[in-house]
Amino acid sequence: MRDVAIIGVGLTKFGERWESGIKELMAEAGLAALEDANISSKDIDAIYGGSMTPGRFIGQEHVAALMADQLGLGNIPATRVENACASGGTALRQGYMAVASGLHDIVVVGGVEKMTDVSTGEATTALGGAGDQEWELFQGLTFPGLYALMARRHMHEYGTTEEQMAAVAVKNHENAYHNKYAQFHRRITIDDVLNSKMVADPLKLLDCSPITDGAAAIVLAPMDVAKKYNDTPILIAASEQASDTLRLADRESLTSIKAARIASQKAYEHAKVTPKDIDVAEVHDCFTIAEIIAMEDLGFFKKGEAAKAIEEGRTAINGDISVNTSGGLKGCGHPVGATGIKQAVEITWQLRGEAEGRQVAGAEIGLTHNVGGSGATAVVHILKRVN
Amino acid sequence: MPKYRIKVEEIARVWGEDAESIKSGLNIFEKSVPGIDEDSATIAVEAARRAIKHAGIDASKIGAIYVGSESPPYAVKPTASIVAEAIDASPYAMASDLEFACKAGTDGMQIIAAEVLSGMIEYGMAIGSDTSQGRPGDALEYTASAGGAAFIIGKEKKEVIAEIIKTVSYVTDTPDFWRREGARYPSHGGRFTGEPAYFKHIINATQKLLEETGLKPSDFAYAVFHQPNGKFPMQVAKQLGFTEEQIKHGLLTPRIGNTYSGASMLGLAATLDVAKPGEKILVTSFGSGAGSDSFALEVKEPIEEKRYAIEAVEKMISEGKIYVDYATYLRNRGSIER
Amino acid sequence: MEKSPADLWRKVRSRYILLGNMCENCGARYFPPRLVCRNCGRNSKMKDLRFKGTGEIYSYTIIRSPPDGFEDLAPYTVALIKLDEGPIVEGHIVDNGKPVQIGTRVRAVLRRIYKEGDEGLIYYQYKFEPV
Repeated sequence: MRDVAIIGVGLTKFGERWESGIKELMAEAGLAALEDANISSKDIDAIYGGSMTPGRFIGQEHVAALMADQLGLGNIPATRVENACASGGTALRQGYMAVASGLHDIVVVGGVEKMTDVSTGEATTALGGAGDQEWELFQGLTFPGLYALMARRHMHEYGTTEEQMAAVAVKNHENAYHNKYAQFHRRITIDDVLNSKMVADPLKLLDCSPITDGAAAIVLAPMDVAKKYNDTPILIAASEQASDTLRLADRESLTSIKAARIASQKAYEHAKVTPKDIDVAEVHDCFTIAEIIAMEDLGFFKKGEAAKAIEEGRTAINGDISVNTSGGLKGCGHPVGATGIKQAVEITWQLRGEAEGRQVAGAEIGLTHNVGGSGATAVVHILKRVN
Repeated sequence: MPKYRIKVEEIARVWGEDAESIKSGLNIFEKSVPGIDEDSATIAVEAARRAIKHAGIDASKIGAIYVGSESPPYAVKPTASIVAEAIDASPYAMASDLEFACKAGTDGMQIIAAEVLSGMIEYGMAIGSDTSQGRPGDALEYTASAGGAAFIIGKEKKEVIAEIIKTVSYVTDTPDFWRREGARYPSHGGRFTGEPAYFKHIINATQKLLEETGLKPSDFAYAVFHQPNGKFPMQVAKQLGFTEEQIKHGLLTPRIGNTYSGASMLGLAATLDVAKPGEKILVTSFGSGAGSDSFALEVKEPIEEKRYAIEAVEKMISEGKIYVDYATYLRNRGSIER
Repeated sequence: MEKSPADLWRKVRSRYILLGNMCENCGARYFPPRLVCRNCGRNSKMKDLRFKGTGEIYSYTIIRSPPDGFEDLAPYTVALIKLDEGPIVEGHIVDNGKPVQIGTRVRAVLRRIYKEGDEGLIYYQYKFEPV
């Protein structure tokens, strides 16, 4: 298996993109990535496209072929990848596997979600498909409801407080403030979060990531030719994935996502690093509690101690570990299929020193953590700057 | 019985009516209100499950289930099959829904009794269940309530808690109260629902029963009459020669409203909670359209050992009540929704 | 998206009487029922098992932003119930004035889960009532 490098990245502005449909979003991100890689669309060998449920949101399936079409990539193999909210991370891993194995040379991985054409009720229903349709969504147990059940249990087992969860949102909004691609450029306070409307007790509106339109794209190449395209190719040092039960009720624990623990442990082993070596991480904060659980699953803090650490500011930019410098899902936005790719885009910028206004000093090793549903899929990548 | 209640005062407040005169005129204080996720099917299932627990029999032995209601969730798709599945009596069971306004539940009792006596089935269940509606602002709004009861009928002597000695019915085509297909609320003939309907049928059916059994009102320890309000049963009892003492245990409407198909059956259940072996109970139901089913029952020994097997009707009616306001009542009834 | 009658009917015995199953090979109990035992794979020997419907609340939340079709019930309490026989199951909590917290004992009752407008099907399922 040969080494794989990221040679180009691109992102759209995240938010309510009324004037852009799914085609425009794909093209915007894809073009930016090709530009960044200084590569011709004719040189791409394959594309993997992640999108959770464009069929339910806008009636459009077959979106990887659409990406190839919109970017004029020619008659290359195009594959749609779906793993709920981990569609992007999974697409990245599929692209990585294609290049690492030698099957393809230059591969584009993209992620996109166009979510704002439907009502909140319809979006909630569509996103509910990330869980078990027959027993969770069937009885009106929504995605926020699932994470609320996890939050309540985390509060019960470890004494985590609503203020500590709010601290995650405050930090991520602060980071997003400096990110020109982010959906929100609004600083918030703990009180703002606590006073926001309850969505699924104890999670309030500002504990939840928003509905967002957006797309992200990355160009991958074998490391041995990467320098042709970019002075600072970023090595994918590990690409690991794990699954777990669909139903939250079937899990071993409500306060830890086992798939994330397994994927990250394998990633640390493969990349030959430990949690202490990670300088910057983009984790899956679909809800504030998810970031707290992620800090523990990824080994950055001991079980039950992450909430306090976040509250104390230890995960702010240039803290003990800089987490969600992009603003995370909460501050930057969560166009579901795009998130996993966008996380790698942000880490790439951080490792290259190109993260304007939110740069982590001396970042050399980064990690992305992308979760599907309430934890049935987790994808973890470790990226390293080489040179 | 649902947990929610609404007081007469609360309804009267909205319509600007005099609560005191309604309370004394109808002899009613509050009525039951179903939860937003309850309907006559869920109430029928809950009553049926309690009956099975009380009887202590295996549900698979129930050979027939009849559900009487004038507020079934579907116009076409029987509640009885939902009940059959929900008590695990299906698939080998006869099942059907019955309609005869407030006497549909006692109709079921007569049919089941015949099927058991003939040997066609070993056990059968008759259920009366309703989430009845009154047109907002109409007099019926003070009384139309929700509730249900289920009786399991068999003929094994050591299981029978009360024996049906005799039953007769009296039926005529009388248009006192009706609801057309598709209509939301029922209509009624005002004062016409009294003497030519309720009183005529209950009196005739009861007198026929007394004649055929040779029994007198004083032979009965208790009497249960259909109870559209708290006044009519007292009046018809007096006309027939029964006392207030005899009807008091079975008169529930003042505190829970008129549960329609469940009314006479709930009254009988409440009476059975206190009746002793050897005592006789008279039950005469009334259904608009119109008709009455009259029963003479004698309480048997096995009632003692089963007496506290399930929650007593009195406890169910008086404990754990949750009062709602008129808007919540409308919401729970589905009259207003998002 | 309209629900299909088949989708409701398919698991009606589980939804009405908590019919689950167990693997005779390893003794694991499952509610809802599944075709393949998680431990035994190809050696699964599944047999019907009815659950009593009693248990305690393991976690709970109040859904205030409902998906399509649940607007009339919102806000509603949904919990994870640890059934006495072992499995954890999702279920609405019926409001009966009793306090809801982790550890509250509950029992299953039948209630309406969903109705498809004025002309479509009505779905019933177990909900849990604090005792």
